[in-house]
Amino acid sequence: MTTTKHWTAVCSQNDLIADSGICALVADTQVALFYVKKQQAVFAIANHDPFSQANVLSRGLIGSKGDDLFVASPVYKQHFCLKTGRCLDDENTRIQAWPARIEQGQVEVLI
Amino acid sequence: MSKTKLVIAGNGMVGHQFLQSLADSGQLDNFEVTVFCEESRLAYDRVHLSAYFSGATAEDLAMGNADLYRSWGLNVLTGETVTGIDRGYKSVTTDKGRELSYDKLVLATGSYPFVPPVPGHDRQQCLVYRTIDDLDAIAEAAKKSRVGTVVGGGLLGLEAAKALTDLGLETHVVEFAPRLMAVQLDNGGGAMLRQKIEALGVSVHTQKNTQLIDDGEECFHKMNFADGEVLETDLILFSAGIRPRDELARESDLEVGERGGIVINNNCQTSDPSIYAIGECALWNKQIFGLVAPGNQMAKVAVSHLTGGSDSFTGADMSTKLKLMGVDVASIGDAHGQTPGARVYSFVDERAEVYKKLVVSEDGKILLGAILVGDAEQYGTLLQYMLNGIHLPEYPDTLILPNRGDDKQTGLGVAALPETAQICSCHDVSKADVRAALDGGCCTLADVKGSTKAATGCGGCSALLTDLVNHELEEMGVEVNRDLCEHFPYTRQDLYNLIRIEEIRSFDELLEKHGRGHGCEICRPAVGSILASCWNDYILTEQNVGLQDTNDTFMANMQKDGTYSVVPRVAGGEITADKLIVLGQVAKKYNLYSKITGGQRVDLFGARLEQLPDIWQELIDAGFETGHAYGKSLRTVKSCVGSTWCRFGVDDSVGLAIDLENRYKGLRAPHKIKFAVSGCTRECAEAQSKDIGVIATEKGWNLYVCGNGGMKPRHGDLFATDLDRDTLIRYIDRILMFYIKTADRLQRTSVWMENMEGGLDYLRQVIINDSLSLGEELEQQMAHVVATYQCEWKTTLESPQALKRFRHFVNSEAPDSNVIFVEERQQIRPATPQEKAEVEAEPIKLVS
Repeated sequence: MTTTKHWTAVCSQNDLIADSGICALVADTQVALFYVKKQQAVFAIANHDPFSQANVLSRGLIGSKGDDLFVASPVYKQHFCLKTGRCLDDENTRIQAWPARIEQGQVEVLI
Repeated sequence: MSKTKLVIAGNGMVGHQFLQSLADSGQLDNFEVTVFCEESRLAYDRVHLSAYFSGATAEDLAMGNADLYRSWGLNVLTGETVTGIDRGYKSVTTDKGRELSYDKLVLATGSYPFVPPVPGHDRQQCLVYRTIDDLDAIAEAAKKSRVGTVVGGGLLGLEAAKALTDLGLETHVVEFAPRLMAVQLDNGGGAMLRQKIEALGVSVHTQKNTQLIDDGEECFHKMNFADGEVLETDLILFSAGIRPRDELARESDLEVGERGGIVINNNCQTSDPSIYAIGECALWNKQIFGLVAPGNQMAKVAVSHLTGGSDSFTGADMSTKLKLMGVDVASIGDAHGQTPGARVYSFVDERAEVYKKLVVSEDGKILLGAILVGDAEQYGTLLQYMLNGIHLPEYPDTLILPNRGDDKQTGLGVAALPETAQICSCHDVSKADVRAALDGGCCTLADVKGSTKAATGCGGCSALLTDLVNHELEEMGVEVNRDLCEHFPYTRQDLYNLIRIEEIRSFDELLEKHGRGHGCEICRPAVGSILASCWNDYILTEQNVGLQDTNDTFMANMQKDGTYSVVPRVAGGEITADKLIVLGQVAKKYNLYSKITGGQRVDLFGARLEQLPDIWQELIDAGFETGHAYGKSLRTVKSCVGSTWCRFGVDDSVGLAIDLENRYKGLRAPHKIKFAVSGCTRECAEAQSKDIGVIATEKGWNLYVCGNGGMKPRHGDLFATDLDRDTLIRYIDRILMFYIKTADRLQRTSVWMENMEGGLDYLRQVIINDSLSLGEELEQQMAHVVATYQCEWKTTLESPQALKRFRHFVNSEAPDSNVIFVEERQQIRPATPQEKAEVEAEPIKLVS
């Protein structure tokens, strides 16, 4: 990939919801943001659920399977790794994941 | 090859079993079968006849089925009786003048109730207890009676007594012998049974020889006994034993026993090899078998012989276990200790009203017989010891002594049972059959029950079957891991108890104390549900919000395209015109698809996330509240219109439905809960298919529990009858809280009941008799939930913090461009992927 990536501020840290998700619009892309309280870490993956074709992953439940943090789709319950976007139930499926961080009260995504 | 002409005289339970076995043999095609059924009804379950008076219908009891029989190609003639056999011509004649030739004839004529030839026995209101027609006659006679008396204190007599109490009569039992159930019980057992039955309000009179029945002074009859005493009663039921219906055999010179019964050999053939006799009309080795299990065995043997098999009848075990008026009674083998040298152990607990006796061989190694009254839990174990000749433990009394220490009860390890051990006698399922079912792919107790029918008859073997299945699964290396998930090494029930006892208020606290990792989509909602059931806090607090499924998070039901549906509560399905108009206005304003639900309310589809607060503000302003259609919680209480309007209604079903819905709304549970209330027995609200169903009677409310529609329909069990309103609500409080306490995650009440050891009777013990002393606690827990109800949508609309989530994008007001609707039948529906590709259009017009 040759496209240049930038850290883009998408929302305030206060908009995050502990151990749950929200969705931000970055350019034309829907980004699901999750804040995991125990690790004080924010994760960014695509909001689009490839199984239901609905833009809903930010509304799923998060959890862990072994060491992997995941979100479970609210539609058909497939699990997606928060770090990599890998589908834990289907190795042929992967959604986009972006590095994310909190800087000076802002949530930033490298996109 | 020409077909064998097979005629069967009689279609009772055993006659039905014969036909079933013939069908199962796969050889129906070789026979031309004609069945004569004397009664107008095909075979029905006579064993559970008394259920007819506690709510069961003739259809519930039916076994034979005209469509089924037709599909088997049988010629079935109801209301027609064989009255003669011409063995020379091999033909039968009937009461309708029909003559029919046979190659093989099967007599399954059953028995008739013996009525002692006491003067006055043929007076009006003197009845017997055998057929459904008899029951109808009894019910009719009971209407003009206050007092009812059963003559005969045997097994059937006590069943009949139960029927009389169910009909609301003052009930007496008159027995010639010095004790009840003289055949099965000894004096100690009979006395304990009497004590328990009298405590239930039935008067027992033993050693009474009725000499004359004539006009009473206060009642219709007066019974005069040999000892000079008298008993006044309005209704008399004779249940003094049965006599084989062997008149056809007598008239055609087949061999019959001295005291009746058609003599048969081990193939169930009579003295004429072309004629078979099975069931209660047959006499094998000078014995009549008055139980259904041996009759079924005879039926199978006769089919085997007719189809070239080699099964033979070599007698049957007459051990029985039954529940008489709620009292457990069991008798095994040589209960009276008549075997030479037999020794006896007995145990009596007068406070708990329990009597147990073991009869063992002289050397103490083999169990010969047993009697259990008041507690028959060990029946299955003891029966296996007896039937299989398994060596007894060193101290056999440990088998019947109460287990008070921490020691494991000296039960019988299921591993010790031989392959041939019969686990379920009702359906003749052996240990080998259970193992075969497991080998064949069954993985759970429910699977095994479904596949083998074991434990689905009287249920007496369910504990034994559970042990066996668990044991076999362990042997097969199947780890029966009941942990909720990888984050908690506990079952849901364990977590519920931990949360209650340690007063844990949050998931984080529970995870820290008892779990590991971050939780998952299994444990988070499960714990969220338990916390809500226990403490009933607002579900969208900071610490609760991460536990909710999306439907609970947004308090609406997510649909396939990510939009939501909205369902306001319409308690009992009653709604004013004004409120209906508001629903219509809201649907129109937000362009929502409208559909009437099965729970008698209105579902509005196609709401986008960001529209939900506005929609709800309008609904709440109009007096609606949230309907919890999104929660694992009480959904609706459906009702019929009831006595207020209906010509047939006997009580106000709508009023009760509204009160019940308002009482339990917001209650969160392991799964959704649906109720219904019907105003009369026509059952227009379909209450028997609900978790909790209530049906009005002339005398109160009948309560049905654990019904279900859906994927695996289940009729609710009749839990209690003729309840007043307070008792009804108390029982429902207790049942629901007990369900919440003990069910698995996402387990509906129907499956909960199917898996409950002891089933309906156990639940009755816990709820009605308070056998676990939980009743008050459960009521208080429910009272807390009722008192802390809040409309979650109202609370949410008042919380700016909670409302922040109700937008698709945290950083934009734009709607989700992927949500596209098209029109169908004048309403919206989600566009299909092809339609979306074609349209590539703007999302549907926003409404301000």
